[in-house]
Amino acid sequence: MSKVLILAEHNGSQINQSTAKVLTAAKQLNADAIDVVLFAGDAALASQVASLNGVNAVKFVQCADNHDQLAASIAPTVAELGKDYTHVWGPSTTFGKDVMPRVAALLGVNQVSDVMEVIDATTFKRPIYAGNAIITVKTDTAQIVATVRTASFAAEKAMDGSAAINESNLENAASHTTYVSLSSGNSDRPDLQTASKVISGGRGVGSEENFKIVYDLADKIGAATGASRAAVDAGYVPNDMQVGQTGKIIAPDLYMCFGISGAIQHLTGIKDAGTIVAINKDADAPIFEVADVGLVGDLFKIIPEMMEKL
Amino acid sequence: MKILVAIKRVVDYNVRVQVKPDGSGVATDGVKMSINPFDEIAIEEALRIKEQGKADEVVVVTIGSNDSQQQLRTAMAMGADRAILVESAGPVQPLQAAQVLLKVIEDEQPGLVITGKQAIDDDNNQTPQMLATLWNRPQATFASKVEFVGDNQLQVTREVDAGLETIQVELPAVVSTDLRLNEPRFVKLPDIMKAKKKPLDVKTMGDVLPDAQGVAIEVIQHESPQPRQKGVMVESVDELIEILKDKGLVS
Ligand SMILES: Cc1cc2nc3c(=O)[nH]c(=O)nc-3n(C[C@H](O)[C@H](O)[C@H](O)COP(=O)(O)OP(=O)(O)OC[C@H]3O[C@@H](n4cnc5c(N)ncnc54)[C@H](O)[C@@H]3O)c2cc1C
Repeated sequence: MSKVLILAEHNGSQINQSTAKVLTAAKQLNADAIDVVLFAGDAALASQVASLNGVNAVKFVQCADNHDQLAASIAPTVAELGKDYTHVWGPSTTFGKDVMPRVAALLGVNQVSDVMEVIDATTFKRPIYAGNAIITVKTDTAQIVATVRTASFAAEKAMDGSAAINESNLENAASHTTYVSLSSGNSDRPDLQTASKVISGGRGVGSEENFKIVYDLADKIGAATGASRAAVDAGYVPNDMQVGQTGKIIAPDLYMCFGISGAIQHLTGIKDAGTIVAINKDADAPIFEVADVGLVGDLFKIIPEMMEKL
Repeated sequence: MKILVAIKRVVDYNVRVQVKPDGSGVATDGVKMSINPFDEIAIEEALRIKEQGKADEVVVVTIGSNDSQQQLRTAMAMGADRAILVESAGPVQPLQAAQVLLKVIEDEQPGLVITGKQAIDDDNNQTPQMLATLWNRPQATFASKVEFVGDNQLQVTREVDAGLETIQVELPAVVSTDLRLNEPRFVKLPDIMKAKKKPLDVKTMGDVLPDAQGVAIEVIQHESPQPRQKGVMVESVDELIEILKDKGLVS
């Protein structure tokens, strides 16, 4: 007798794929109904959600002044609506991670973070220790609040739904928090979190200028670009390219990385990738322990050769 | 203003943890323990704010076993003024941790609480947000830059999936740290000696929070992650491209 409420995510003009992934996970609960709550300024987003296959109703909460991005503003409404549901779920993206624990606290429950497998409506698997261990957890509180590890679930693709849309306006917008701005590393390349191919560079790439050959190769094969923390910390690339425990957790069909050693925190981000290809000049680099295809060599020779031959 | 920093003792991030054969947990006997790396960044940030003259005291608090005194001493060697240990026999989940921290806040009345965004053992990423909620105060999670606007507002840059988001919050507030906020200082030997004399107040969970609310999530089993299948090493770019073409990954 499960009833699920999903928190939708968007960027102002597009519903984030994380929403369709949480929907896939929610369907595994064998729920009687799956509703979605959407906080946004633009009503067009509500129809995008309404067309997702399997959504019963969309609770569209109109927000002004970017309050739809502020956890303190939206969590009270999610929690209030959530009282009518058995499961209140969001994505394990930075947006979901910010909001959902507030919802859990308001509902008086601990949250199940990063659900990677649904066993039944009250039993789940999730990673701990950067994915070095997987735990099975059980909880049967009146509401089960969880975030869903998006790399573990394929996005619901069917857009044949026609859910009812209920509109309301945001109440309780926080007065103590204001949204100021968002700066994106904006690129025309595919989105790192949803791309089927990703090319990444690490500290071995050596500089911001050198990253150009990584971007060129990515463009050649239509891949998104990623990086290790070391490359971000060194200022070679923007933070939104970081893959790993504290960056993005991704599951592309192809992950090809150059000059990345393979620290456990990085591997956490790619373990669901289809094929991992590693190029590193050090034959003992730990990345080769997880790579499906490994090539020992200098990336500054290998990338140009690949550009020529692809 | 007083800054409260909440920290946790965890298995050091360099240790590759192993699941015990019986699935009852991970092996922690004889394993190196450290301050959770995100919390170390939280301590550093608090110290820098104090050094800028914006705060006059940095208090560190942890909930954990008696051994957590080591991590509190390290925090004081870094420069924290005093420490509080809320001793608990077993693990404490985020909602209960947040309730304990709220009690500490009621006693200490800090103007700012800084803590790591997640502990690298349970990877929950919940306690700071829950604390902000129970305290009814703003949160600025995943911070990579913290700047004062006057005396009672912070402008915080946050690491989000789309890039860098900036928000402004009124104090008191809870800030949770991301890795690029700062690089924590190294502890010097004389400071370790000095830290031994700084006050460390030990309380028990029962004293601080006699009436904990909410239930814990039950952990049924631990297992090792599925290993990936053994891959192949190739000798040349040609071989690599051939494999990729065979798999239909490039054309
Ligand atoms: C709490 C915590 C969280 C973290 N989260 C993350 C995270 O989310 N993501 C992440 O990536 N890291 C994370 N880290 C950091 C992680 O531990 C490593 O430090 C980091 O991943 C290393 O990046 P790297 O492989 O690029 O650099 P290095 O480890 O320095 O490796 C560089 C590699 O490049 C190779 N190389 C050099 N030159 C060449 C060349 N010309 N051709 C080919 N190969 C070359 C070298 O052989 C080496 O293997 C985290 C750490 C901590 C403590």
